[in-house]
Amino acid sequence: MKTKIFPIFLIFTFSIIFFVFYKGLQNTNVYTPTIKSEIKIPNFDAKEFFSKDKINSDQIFIGSDYYLLNIWASWCVPCKEEHKYLMDLSKKENIKIIGQNYKDNFENAKNFLINLDNPYDLIFLDNDGTIAIEWGAYGVPETFLIQNNKIIKKIIGPLNEKLLFEIKELTQ
Amino acid sequence: MNILKFLVSVIFLIYCFSSDLKAKNLEIEITKNLRCLICQGQSVYDSDSEFANSLKILVEKKLNEGLNEKQIYIYLKDKYGDWILYDPGFSKNTYFLWLLPILMFIFGGAIILRKVILKKKNYELS
Repeated sequence: MKTKIFPIFLIFTFSIIFFVFYKGLQNTNVYTPTIKSEIKIPNFDAKEFFSKDKINSDQIFIGSDYYLLNIWASWCVPCKEEHKYLMDLSKKENIKIIGQNYKDNFENAKNFLINLDNPYDLIFLDNDGTIAIEWGAYGVPETFLIQNNKIIKKIIGPLNEKLLFEIKELTQ
Repeated sequence: MNILKFLVSVIFLIYCFSSDLKAKNLEIEITKNLRCLICQGQSVYDSDSEFANSLKILVEKKLNEGLNEKQIYIYLKDKYGDWILYDPGFSKNTYFLWLLPILMFIFGGAIILRKVILKKKNYELS
């Protein structure tokens, strides 16, 4: 009896291990911890994209309007993919799109906007990437939906149809 | 006179260098205890990703602003959670993490103790 249980146990264990690892193959290998949402937006100073005037975050996010902060760069390929969704959202009246130009070359960034059109109501510069860290961002592209100085949704990576729909639902 | 000048300048240079080194050392120590969230498995100090490079600049900035090591950790924990620290503090999210080794130790100890006692009993009985 003892000799029979052992092989069955072995096969059972290995099939579970196989199943777990096989499932794991499809998962991304970058672990992103879930952070409590509804955190307050950071306070920071930045330069405006075109005029290079100094602005504070208090002057950007005012009142109870919806703001969509999008971190982008001209060298970032997924940013090009999500651009059409931002253009779509820019047509919505009740939502202001703020761009954060991340570690970019000014001429390249300007050409990016000329070629693909400008969905942003305002853009500020983040040349050394430290403002992105203030936001708790990982890289580009990343999008934050903000209302009443609180982050109500955080999107890591490019926007897609589904996320666009979600944003529209949230800002109804 | 020339020798004196030379000595003074050398001492001055050493002084400047050492105080600069001290600040740099603290910065390195902090960035070594931060996990790079883009290239996981590397510390921020070891990594050369955009994220890690920005974080290095930020740590330097915060140190210049007068924040100490602990304050910087708290600041970053607020933004990214415990995951960014290689040495997370004791909180309700990390009870399990910190207590598991102790529990395992106690549990293992209990098993061994039981075996020893049983063996002793059997020996005495026989």
